[in-house]
Amino acid sequence: MDLYEYQGKQYFARFGIPTSPGAVADTVEEAVARAEAIGYPVVVKAQVKVGGRGKAGGIKLADNADEVRAHAGAILGLDIKGHVVRRLWIERSSNIAHEYYASFTLDRPAKLHLCMVSARGGVDIEEVAETEPEAIARLHVDPVDGLSATAASAIVAEAGLHAEARQQAAELLVNLYRCYTEGDCDLAEINPLILTTDGRVHALDAKVTLDDNAAFRHPDWEEYAGTDTYDEREQLARERGLNYIGLSGSVGIIANGAGLAMSTLDVVNQAGGSAANFLDIGGGANADVMAAALEVINTDQAVRSILVNVFGGITRCDEVARGIVEALERVDLRSPIVLRLDGTNAEAGREILTEHESDRLIVEKTMLGAAARAVALAGGKT
Amino acid sequence: MSIFVDEKTKVVVQGLTGGQGRFHGLRNRDYGTQVVAGVTPGKGGTDVDGVPVFDTVADAVAATGADASFVVVPPKGAPKAIVEAAAAGIAFVVCITEGIPAQDEALFYNTLRRDYPGTRLLGPNCPGVISPGKCNIGITSGAIAMAGGPVGIVSRSGTLTYQALHELSQQGVGQTTCVGIGGDPVPGTNFIDCLAEFERDPDTKAVMMIGEIGGSEEERAAQFIAAHMTKPVVAYVAGVTAPPGRKMGHAGAIISGSHGTAQAKMEALAEAGVTVAKNPTEAGERMVEVVKHLA
Repeated sequence: MDLYEYQGKQYFARFGIPTSPGAVADTVEEAVARAEAIGYPVVVKAQVKVGGRGKAGGIKLADNADEVRAHAGAILGLDIKGHVVRRLWIERSSNIAHEYYASFTLDRPAKLHLCMVSARGGVDIEEVAETEPEAIARLHVDPVDGLSATAASAIVAEAGLHAEARQQAAELLVNLYRCYTEGDCDLAEINPLILTTDGRVHALDAKVTLDDNAAFRHPDWEEYAGTDTYDEREQLARERGLNYIGLSGSVGIIANGAGLAMSTLDVVNQAGGSAANFLDIGGGANADVMAAALEVINTDQAVRSILVNVFGGITRCDEVARGIVEALERVDLRSPIVLRLDGTNAEAGREILTEHESDRLIVEKTMLGAAARAVALAGGKT
Repeated sequence: MSIFVDEKTKVVVQGLTGGQGRFHGLRNRDYGTQVVAGVTPGKGGTDVDGVPVFDTVADAVAATGADASFVVVPPKGAPKAIVEAAAAGIAFVVCITEGIPAQDEALFYNTLRRDYPGTRLLGPNCPGVISPGKCNIGITSGAIAMAGGPVGIVSRSGTLTYQALHELSQQGVGQTTCVGIGGDPVPGTNFIDCLAEFERDPDTKAVMMIGEIGGSEEERAAQFIAAHMTKPVVAYVAGVTAPPGRKMGHAGAIISGSHGTAQAKMEALAEAGVTVAKNPTEAGERMVEVVKHLA
């Protein structure tokens, strides 16, 4: 789960990482009230989970209430790369002397944590990595050892941070590592990390991705749920507990397992069609799950046919077939459905479906055959 | 022959008394796997359908000589169970648990690497390993596998592992071993580990590899194949048309050096001399041709 900047900064604060004083505002009047409390000048920042906010006009400096009112009014409702701004973060403006970069993430091939620090922050760090890789200092951290204060000081020096910033930056780095590990982040990134003209180091931005698998030991993460916006289909899928991603094609997809679901998208594409969604029903393909899946796909007006691709391992195909029959009694489908069942008890499953077969319910023996049929029913490529 | 597990492998099931553990553990035994013990703290001295249960893995090893472990324990307890198995001297640990936090995975992976180098971990979040006709540890249905070789399978995805087994068995091509390495951030065993074992195994004549989008494991496997493999490899990478995934900030892109697309992976594999198929069925068909050429 990606956090908004304001959530990331609040998360940082719990681990003693300094940020600018600030507050959230959802309306123009709230923005003015927050700014009055914080003290001018302030920065009005759009809260969207996408880069390039500044260039899109989503970050503005304000010296008084009138300017806050004007900027907040312009930014709220602004569309930044398809993300509509619903919330603002108002924070005290900082006098920046220098901009740096710092992050922790997992280096998957090395199977170790990776710390990256650069004196070239505030810019497109990916570009720096490509054109000037030596400008980014890197340090692998073995989770068994953790990050020592000595190692943190060394990488800060290696990155070439200014002398007056080093001690604070090293301390901040140790806290950022704690935030990353104890806070169960997949990514904890600060760009820019700044040195102010009065000699203080703090995080001017926060990019935090939490590991959803660790939610069981962070009950406080509840507060982040519900702050995201989804389209109608995705909202319903979330309510039904389904792993669903909406797409723009005309063939609705239901498969068990993420790999098989992705592969189903591939073969639909190869057959000349395009998928309306990605939907992985996992191992529990019972009537409830199947009914929920069909219900979600049925709300998608672009869908012209539905392809159900199930490979029974632990999942038994006869149970899947019964689930489909029961689901069809509950959901009035607008589109014809093509089924492919293979693996455990596949024949028994196909037998159950025989008496229900029609031009609205078609059973195909192979994955490729089913994909071709579903694409044909959807009217080919869309 | 086979890799990692065979008919001599003795398995202890950690979590045998739980619903999942009982179901899969006994299913593995029914397949012919030597399931010699179960472990559940506090339940030592009992049994599950005749399989003796012990309080600790060390007790189970001392009493039965178990040399492999099947960890079927929920995410909270799995990290401790894995390290306990390694500390008890278990050489091969299979963990199917889904939903273990990445920080825990990084910690136990490096704990094993440093303190228990004699232990290999498969998973977590994987379907397990099956050497058809000999040993099945995990959740793969034995019915879709076919004994006798000559193909080894290694796959990152669960249901696609079954699909790969099915495609080959349908065509009358048997398997030496099928390994599901799982798609979690820190897999205990990766493509290269399995490719190296298959290259060493005299009965494996060709390898089928199933990858998917994300990360750079397939690209690294391609480099290994080009440099070290003499046996033919057929590959399929799922997700050519997958929805654009979550991008892990800037840091993720910087490390991987690519965006982990299926296209990039397929190109890397093709350059390494791998036969790349565009779907699992075609991969099966290509492998049939490869096997014909072997004979």
